[in-house]
Amino acid sequence: MSMDRKTFLKLGGCGLAAAVAGNKLAGLVQIAGGQSAPGEKTLRASRWAMVIDTRKCQRADGCDACIRACHEAHNVPSIPDPRREIKWAWKDRFEHAFPELETSPLPGDVRERQVLLLCNHCANPPCVRVCPTRATWKRQSDGIVMMDWHRCIGCRYCVAACPYGSRSFNWFDPRPYIRNMHAEYPTRTRGVVEKCTFCEERLAEGRLPACVEACPEKALVFGDAADPNSEVSQLLREQFALRRKPELGTEPQVFYLL
Amino acid sequence: MFMFEKAIVGSRRYWVWVACLLGLIVAGLLAYLRQLSYGLGITGLSRDVTWGLYIAQFTFLVGVAASAVMVVLPYYLHNFKVFGKVTILGEMLAISAVTMCMLFILVDMGQPARVWNVVLHPTPNSIMFWDMISLGGYLILNAIIALVTLRAERNAVAPPGWVKPLILLSIPWAISIHTVTAFLYSGLPGRPFWLTAVMAPRFLASAFSSGPALLILLCMIMRRVTWFDVGREPIQKLGLIVTYAMVVNVFLVLMELFTTFYSGIPEHRRHFEFLFVGYQGQAQLVPWMWTSVGLAVLALLLLLVPRYRHNDRLLAVACVATFISLWIDKGLGLIVGGFVPTPLGTVAQYFPTLLETLITLGVWAFGLLLITIFYKITLSVREALAY
Amino acid sequence: MRDRVWITLGLIVFLVGITYPIWFNNAAGVRAEAPVLRKPVKGPNCVAPLEYMRASHMELLTAWRDEVVRQGNRRFVAFDGRTYTMSLSKTCLDCHDNRAEFCDRCHSYAGVSPYCWDCHVDPRQARTVRAWAGRPQAEGWAR
Repeated sequence: MSMDRKTFLKLGGCGLAAAVAGNKLAGLVQIAGGQSAPGEKTLRASRWAMVIDTRKCQRADGCDACIRACHEAHNVPSIPDPRREIKWAWKDRFEHAFPELETSPLPGDVRERQVLLLCNHCANPPCVRVCPTRATWKRQSDGIVMMDWHRCIGCRYCVAACPYGSRSFNWFDPRPYIRNMHAEYPTRTRGVVEKCTFCEERLAEGRLPACVEACPEKALVFGDAADPNSEVSQLLREQFALRRKPELGTEPQVFYLL
Repeated sequence: MFMFEKAIVGSRRYWVWVACLLGLIVAGLLAYLRQLSYGLGITGLSRDVTWGLYIAQFTFLVGVAASAVMVVLPYYLHNFKVFGKVTILGEMLAISAVTMCMLFILVDMGQPARVWNVVLHPTPNSIMFWDMISLGGYLILNAIIALVTLRAERNAVAPPGWVKPLILLSIPWAISIHTVTAFLYSGLPGRPFWLTAVMAPRFLASAFSSGPALLILLCMIMRRVTWFDVGREPIQKLGLIVTYAMVVNVFLVLMELFTTFYSGIPEHRRHFEFLFVGYQGQAQLVPWMWTSVGLAVLALLLLLVPRYRHNDRLLAVACVATFISLWIDKGLGLIVGGFVPTPLGTVAQYFPTLLETLITLGVWAFGLLLITIFYKITLSVREALAY
Repeated sequence: MRDRVWITLGLIVFLVGITYPIWFNNAAGVRAEAPVLRKPVKGPNCVAPLEYMRASHMELLTAWRDEVVRQGNRRFVAFDGRTYTMSLSKTCLDCHDNRAEFCDRCHSYAGVSPYCWDCHVDPRQARTVRAWAGRPQAEGWAR
């Protein structure tokens, strides 16, 4: 132990704020004589994106492996009342995913398809614009729209702002409804908003999002849309992809192949 | 200093009224304790309709607060002496209304203990941040102005000179609170019902009719239950303001309807369909909205014909009709109508629950108690001067 | 002036009421006992020196929290050069494996109730919760 008590207290108390400010440029922070550091195995990208191939995602057995994997990984409760549901990923009818195409003629079975929906991690997210505490924000490094459940005040402005219904609010304590609560990921408390985070906690450990890993049909492709050599970029070059409500200028980073 | 001592002496009727309000406040408080421990799940809100009665009351009451400018502006800017006796009443109404607004925001929060985060992490890109600043500033401005001018009145002297700039500042500030509140809604890309540039002007027009309408009714009530009579002329002038503002409000609503239905864009149209004829079989708000329309027509008829407007009884009816019509329009239709149909094109239901209604009534009762106390103090000061 | 008696009486009642816990506990012979905390299972090394942790662990946890959630940095090189993952459930509770006899015991003694556990899961608790979770619950007050 090389430091005396005084030094520790100084580091811990007001000194911490100064240390945080001083290390902001480096992006690292001094804490109690130690220092934070980026993860070694973290998967990195300039702009994370997902391509969902709706053709592959049509198993007759009504497969929901991706949704179950996601909800299991993140301690998402299973609330029976659909009005109070929490969902990070869910399937909905094509015309709900793309309401503007409701009356358009569509080829083949497209209209009958169930479409996997999740947070679009918009490049220009309205939810981030409206949040009064920056409890939700867009990570500059990789474009993920993040959530800070310590900070959220539960005003639900982001829920009103999201054009995709991707955000859920905890109308009551979610814990009694969590089927398999585990300690690897926190639960949420009542009164905060939650949503998909592109599994940023798994990316930090060098793993792909839970839904991508769980899909038996390999219908979900995850990668860096800013890297022309990524699988995502290649798919988007080769095939015509839809985004939800592109006319709103939110620039969703989830793409759908039909 | 605050002349509060004048609020704790009063007639039996005064105390019965205060006791009733306190009863409602306690009931609301108990209901709120239940909400605090269980969560907002005690309300009728859902993942599709995430704002309801609370936020609607907030929006409506911001209008009532802003409407104080309708007496302040003529009196201070145009030296319109007729409003001499009602100006301070308008300012006090504004204080009560802003307080109610803040309470409605607080009861709507999922994590009210973290409310300070808005100040700890100021976020200028959020309209809510600006709303906090404009509402807080307006409350402080009006509290100072009302207190200082009332004290001057008590001492039978002119208000100190330094308060004049504050009064002048309060005029654009009043406009700003309702404009910023409109921006809360009109800047969201995914909610076509709210996405209209006419939102802020419409908010102001409806505020400038519902607020003075309430002030007229309060003056009439005071005339009946107290010795104080504000006089016929201020009430008639306020009636004229209600008339003009209501006409502008209806005009702006018709503008909205033209753009929506002539363009025929489904995303815009279906919200109005939900409100006025029902959408996908859901018509829960239809009777309310038509009641609002009927009352608006009645109010316009009574207000526009001078013979009717000059009759105090009919003016009172017109004011009640205006107030209820606009309360339905802003307090129910605006918020729920913005959420339904959902961005996914589905319909959702929203009915306020009993506890939610009790909390809402509790906040209203608190606001009414503030108005009662403020007006009681003012009247006591004036009574002392009269003898 | 006749009110003087009542005012004095009121003040006495107030003072007696507010000091009630002190003299009651003294009379009953209740002594404050320092809490006995359960020692960590994996030896004496912590992420910061013992004295710092005793006095300021909450500040370290807050700093960790902000680093992980807001900066995305998850590794921590401690004062003694050891490397840890910044995680309450995975790192802290790995050594301090009994939250009830470590965190809670001291917190209840100090009369503080941190809200960490509203969301963060104690691995022990997760095991017990798993035993009874999953059954449908009435929503109670909701419509």
